[in-house]
Amino acid sequence: MQFIQQMINGITIGAFYSLVALGYTMVYGVLKLINFAHGDLFMWGAYLGLTGLNVALGLLANDTPWVILPVIILVMITVALGGVLVDRVAYKPLRSAGRLAPVISALGVAFILQSLARNLYGASWRTYPHGITPSGGIVLAGGVRIGIMQIIVLVACFLLMGALYLFTQRTRLGTAMRAVSLDHDTSRLMGINVDRIIAVVFLIGPGLGGVAGMIVALYYGSFDFTLGWTFGLKAFIAAILGGIGNIPGAMLGGMMLGIIETLGSGYLSPQWKDVIAYAILIIILIFRPTGLLGERVAEKV
Amino acid sequence: MALLKIENLHTYYGHVHALKGVDLEVEEGEIVSLIGANGAGKTTTLRTISGLIRPVQGTITFDGQTISGVPAHQIVGKGVSQVPEGRQIFSTLTVTENLNMGAYTLGGDKEAIEQNRRRVYDLFPRLEERKNQLGGTLSGGEQQMLTIARALMAQPRLLMLDEPSLGLAPLLVKTIFETVREINAHGVTILLVEQNARAALKVAHRGYVLETGHVVLSGPARGLLQDERVRKAYLGEK
Ligand SMILES: Nc1ncnc2c1ncn2[C@@H]1O[C@H](COP(=O)(O)OP(=O)(O)O)[C@@H](O)[C@H]1O
Ligand SMILES: [Mg+2]
Repeated sequence: MQFIQQMINGITIGAFYSLVALGYTMVYGVLKLINFAHGDLFMWGAYLGLTGLNVALGLLANDTPWVILPVIILVMITVALGGVLVDRVAYKPLRSAGRLAPVISALGVAFILQSLARNLYGASWRTYPHGITPSGGIVLAGGVRIGIMQIIVLVACFLLMGALYLFTQRTRLGTAMRAVSLDHDTSRLMGINVDRIIAVVFLIGPGLGGVAGMIVALYYGSFDFTLGWTFGLKAFIAAILGGIGNIPGAMLGGMMLGIIETLGSGYLSPQWKDVIAYAILIIILIFRPTGLLGERVAEKV
Repeated sequence: MALLKIENLHTYYGHVHALKGVDLEVEEGEIVSLIGANGAGKTTTLRTISGLIRPVQGTITFDGQTISGVPAHQIVGKGVSQVPEGRQIFSTLTVTENLNMGAYTLGGDKEAIEQNRRRVYDLFPRLEERKNQLGGTLSGGEQQMLTIARALMAQPRLLMLDEPSLGLAPLLVKTIFETVREINAHGVTILLVEQNARAALKVAHRGYVLETGHVVLSGPARGLLQDERVRKAYLGEK
């Protein structure tokens, strides 16, 4: 029974990692750039959510959890636009400057976003308004407990990932995105406006990341400005684990990392969970350097 | 008036002067072959026409409209499709998805897309059998068919093919050239780049010979096949 409880917790954390990992993997897919600023865009989702909730609750008389909904949508839009802005200012001018310059630029943006958050919100832990999230839960057979909040969070994450998956697999724009990930020039020859696809990726990835930031903050209740580095870096690792550039891979990698970490900390000790998780990661990468779902088909025959 | 007219085209890669004043014309309905050794500038010519590279000097007119300087993704919609060198299919997209990308400029016009799909499946029945397979799992010959089919999905008036016979077995090479003729018979103008000069000139109405970024010879394909210099340099005769 403890196992099932651990799995449920692991899947929840895994869903967070997956949602953030998608942003890394989508940008890597179209630009072969590791967007180190993504973790901090995600963190900004948490801070903007905090401000949004405080403002909304200030306007309203009572503390209804429904206020989360409009705030999270606004956060998503704001962080998505922030993502496009980061690309325009820091990456687009470096498109033809090789692989290294944009990565350094990404690190620069990461530091800027992090410092901005620390300067504007302070270095201490911040807490979401009390009692805003629905409490209570369901106790299943054998004492396995699922919180209402956990259910909401899981449903939201899976709906978002399902929508993204359908978008990339079933729509014309989503297919074009996959085409651009494979080959810019050939995509242009199809009439695809590659710059526009890149902009769409910088809307969707950070948009999902912003939502994830707010969801993580709602779930844990408090956070600080290092959230982007700590949590974001793990999501990045999840993207690598799944095979960077591969969208289902990011989802799988996030889930695996979340579950392994949780089982490790539950059965052994929380202090050892990172050692275990990353030892497993290294072992997987030794046997599959391209990640679990990376390069399923040879690029060229 | 020629469908495609190129005048004094100069293209660079950094400091490499790849095209040094190319002049070339393709009339509506023609098959024109552009032959030349490796590194002569054939691919560069096609990539400049399709907008992937900006020329430094010179003009390209298509159907009376200047297209030099227009970005590549806007040129397809004007009726110019390129089959790139080296079978650049989208390997992790299915055959159907590859074709849909070829029809990208048609937007949501489902009827036209379906009609074009029917037409390319008639031309390449093998692709229909493999429509749900990933592009990367096709054989070399099937991949080449897919690149051609994909380019046709945009309903081009001018189809440019870059070494479609490269690396294919002799029997398949023959099929590819027959297909080129068939596509042309359906009213599509063809600009064919080849190192296989004999086959390319046999299928063409006219030809151009490119050497280190210059057009050194041009004329009716039959005449070029008989030309002393062409026979020596490109047809392997003594
Ligand atoms: N990406 C590139 N960067 C630098 N030089 C290039 C590039 N592509 C082609 N070239 C040079 O331009 C010239 C023409 O090349 P290309 O058009 O590919 O020839 P062809 O298709 O006739 O074999 C060659 O000298 C080649 O080395
Ligand atoms: Mg070439």
